[in-house]
Amino acid sequence: MYFGEFGGRYVPETLIAPLNELEEAYNSLKDEPDFKKELNEVLQNYVGRPTALYYAKRFSEALTKDIKEMDNNIDSDFDINPKVYLKREDLSHTGAHKINNTVGQGILAKKMGKKKIVAETGAGQHGVATATVAARLGLECTVFMGEEDISRQGLNVFRMKLLGANVEPVKTGSKTLKDATNEAIRYWVSNVSDTYYLLGSAVGPHPYPTIVRDFQKVIGHETKTQINDVEGRNPDYIVACVGGGSNAIGIMHPFIDDDEVELIGVEAGGEKIERGCHAAVLNYGTAGVLHGSKSYLLQDREGQIEPVHSISAGLDYPGVGPEHSYLKDINRAKYGVVDDKEALDAFKLLSSTEGIIPALESAHAIAYTKKMVQSKEFLDENLYNKKNKEPLIVINLSGRGDKDVEQVSDMGVLLDG
Amino acid sequence: MDKYIEYDNSVIEKYFATKNKNNEKVLIPFIMAGDPDLSTTEKLALEILDNGGDILEIGLPYSDPLADGPVIQQSAERAGNVKIAQVLELIKKIRAKTDKPLVLLAYFNPIYNYGTEKFINDFCEAGLNGLVIPDLAFEERDGLEKQAKDKLDLISFIAPTSDENRLKEVAKRAKGFIYCVSVAGVTGVREGFDYQVREAVEKIKNYTDVPLAIGFGISNPDQAKKASELADGVIVGSAIIKKIESLPKKPDNKDFTEIINFIKDLKASLV
Repeated sequence: MYFGEFGGRYVPETLIAPLNELEEAYNSLKDEPDFKKELNEVLQNYVGRPTALYYAKRFSEALTKDIKEMDNNIDSDFDINPKVYLKREDLSHTGAHKINNTVGQGILAKKMGKKKIVAETGAGQHGVATATVAARLGLECTVFMGEEDISRQGLNVFRMKLLGANVEPVKTGSKTLKDATNEAIRYWVSNVSDTYYLLGSAVGPHPYPTIVRDFQKVIGHETKTQINDVEGRNPDYIVACVGGGSNAIGIMHPFIDDDEVELIGVEAGGEKIERGCHAAVLNYGTAGVLHGSKSYLLQDREGQIEPVHSISAGLDYPGVGPEHSYLKDINRAKYGVVDDKEALDAFKLLSSTEGIIPALESAHAIAYTKKMVQSKEFLDENLYNKKNKEPLIVINLSGRGDKDVEQVSDMGVLLDG
Repeated sequence: MDKYIEYDNSVIEKYFATKNKNNEKVLIPFIMAGDPDLSTTEKLALEILDNGGDILEIGLPYSDPLADGPVIQQSAERAGNVKIAQVLELIKKIRAKTDKPLVLLAYFNPIYNYGTEKFINDFCEAGLNGLVIPDLAFEERDGLEKQAKDKLDLISFIAPTSDENRLKEVAKRAKGFIYCVSVAGVTGVREGFDYQVREAVEKIKNYTDVPLAIGFGISNPDQAKKASELADGVIVGSAIIKKIESLPKKPDNKDFTEIINFIKDLKASLV
């Protein structure tokens, strides 16, 4: 139930019984051959797994070229050449890693005999993935989404409706993911008898953080096999964006015992590091309780949840999955920060070097990789100390950027230079 | 079956016992600290207690109240940036003028942030008798329960979804009163009323003598009467908050007549 001191079950009494029911159902099904077979078939033939692990050669070269141009003192035999691989979750059905979790939980819901699904969504990717699975399984679907996010992510709202979901606008609080989550939980409290709550990230009360992580671990398992096939070894770095943190925990988890692999989560620095202007929870938050579990949070001294901001609706969340809080505290993972502008630059850079438009969420991981590779510490560590001149980096490209193109275009920032 | 032995220094339980001896049921009105402002809350609290309110439940405003419906959530929003220290002062002021039991409804995060032990000690000293934490299930309350022991009652919940084992566990650990959530849902005024919790209420009486109070959705004297037939007390929140919401906006001399008449009607309806 806990990851160190984090996790747990901080919910109204009404939800204890359904959470117990969920835990029992999951524990009895997860290792059952029929369940695994069904899930694997769906992952392969519907989701499109395994997703590719792609060597981003031109992007990798662009990073090194920058270093050489920036630092005239680097001697002429400078030959560090980091190789950046992209784990292509953007190629999954519906365009993001979210579908791994929704197909798993969808099958679970069906086996539990539930007729209705409720979910929350921020950027809309989880809402779309949930609506997709509900359509495929013939379940009624309600998705709560903040009004602010609805205005940012019109395309995904349309997709959800097309898929037959009922999209409920949330007008309370900050009108973003946090409030959509509150409303989804309230809806669940009121409809527990026939409704399955399909939580979209590795957050929430036990057993959700474990269930979501387990369904996302497929990303890390595939990555491990693929990079070992191509390079004959594990990567040196794994980089993934962290909002709630499901794509990050999915790719990190199978590597946790591989000490040589540095695990890096990247949080949204938003406009600036001031109250209400960012969402860098693990970097600037404190421990507390939100949405049913104990984890790091952005909160004021009174324990009231702070407003947050990110250019990316999927990272715009004041909490984080409890397992990340644990990995931070035991120093197994590092968490960096990338601001809105850096993410936008990376959005453009990957698009122009590789012909891949990343989700704004994933662009945070790309931007961090750029900063990291061009940092003195990285050069010291790899070029001078380890003499590892071809460090291997895997970025989890958690989603594609189609949903963000209109928003970025409206900002008018990309074509300037 | 033997009932679990209840502890004997609870102000709340003694209050219930006195009322029950006179064949009276207990009315527990809920108001939010700071809605619309702290001085109004203080005046209103005392008026309510003078006119039929037995135990007052005061809310600590919270940004993300998971167990509450829109009426109480908006009440917390109207209360705005009320600080814990101000609520502490409010409790002291009300305590100075009444001997009736006072309970605080607070979500766990502000308590955790303040420091659980300090929170309990400070509020106990201020004169609080009970603490209702809607998002703190048994699984997470061991530490707090120890800290609260002999200082104030940590109120337990049962819901229509609580199974037999759960009811036994609640019975074993209950103090003050047991908050019986009438329906699987959030707080809020409901038109018709179906007491889904009836079965759980009947069952838990086999295991404990700690008083039972039914809440969530009770919005008029008729519903209050029906709830009081099942239990020892009735909790009314959203319906009162709706009346506070429509108080005239004048800063002083607020007219509480409508609210007070409502409290009197509710009290009179209890069987």
